[in-house]
Amino acid sequence: MSIGSKRLVVGAHYGLRDWLGQRLSAVVLGVYTVALVLYLLLAGNSGYDGWARLFAAPWMKVATLLALASLFYHAWVGMRDLWMDYVKPVGVRLTLQLLTVLYLLACAVWSVQVLWIV
Amino acid sequence: MSTTLRENKPQYRNIHITQIVGYRLPAPGMVSILHRISGALMFLLLPVALWLLQLSLASETSYLRLSGIAAQWWAKLLFLVLVWSLVHHLVAGIRYLLLDLHIGIEKAASVKSALVVFALSLPLTLLAALRIFGVL
Repeated sequence: MSIGSKRLVVGAHYGLRDWLGQRLSAVVLGVYTVALVLYLLLAGNSGYDGWARLFAAPWMKVATLLALASLFYHAWVGMRDLWMDYVKPVGVRLTLQLLTVLYLLACAVWSVQVLWIV
Repeated sequence: MSTTLRENKPQYRNIHITQIVGYRLPAPGMVSILHRISGALMFLLLPVALWLLQLSLASETSYLRLSGIAAQWWAKLLFLVLVWSLVHHLVAGIRYLLLDLHIGIEKAASVKSALVVFALSLPLTLLAALRIFGVL
């Protein structure tokens, strides 16, 4: 990407995408969390049946899946920022980033299994 | 000569985790570092949260097992940590979204909004704590 006639900007160009993705996923997570908490406060405790029925509904599965996807993307950008800020040796940092990706992928697979348990 | 000068120059980097206690951070700085700490805590407790969700959904039996676990003091402490992390991260996150939209970026306004974050997150956490420990 070139700015003006002289300056050439180089890089991986993921900065803006991740910055924006971090905020969009934050909005999704915020709306989902507040809506779920309000629902639980208003609906009251209806035991296992009510809880399982809520998560068995297709629209709830879609909403939760969207929230989970946002969660894992959000966590990745956030944790990568932490590693970049606090861990300076490149080898250690890349190892931690790789472990973070694997950890989040494993959690993502598991979360889908959990969601389709009901 | 020039190299010695460069080496003696103080370097201002991110405050390292080990230095946090030694800093007297202003309110926005406290919100910021706690946003990071709460985010990292939720990242680390993600498998625990998924396990709890699994127990709550799998069957009536596992749901009752979860009720038993939730009665333990260590589980209550864990819930409290999760609730504080979520509440602080959410409230501070809304403040950051507003700052991104250039709302309240002046120094005085940002100190005020940082204090508002604590004024919301701490009472909400306290309410949750009373609920978790059975007072409410």
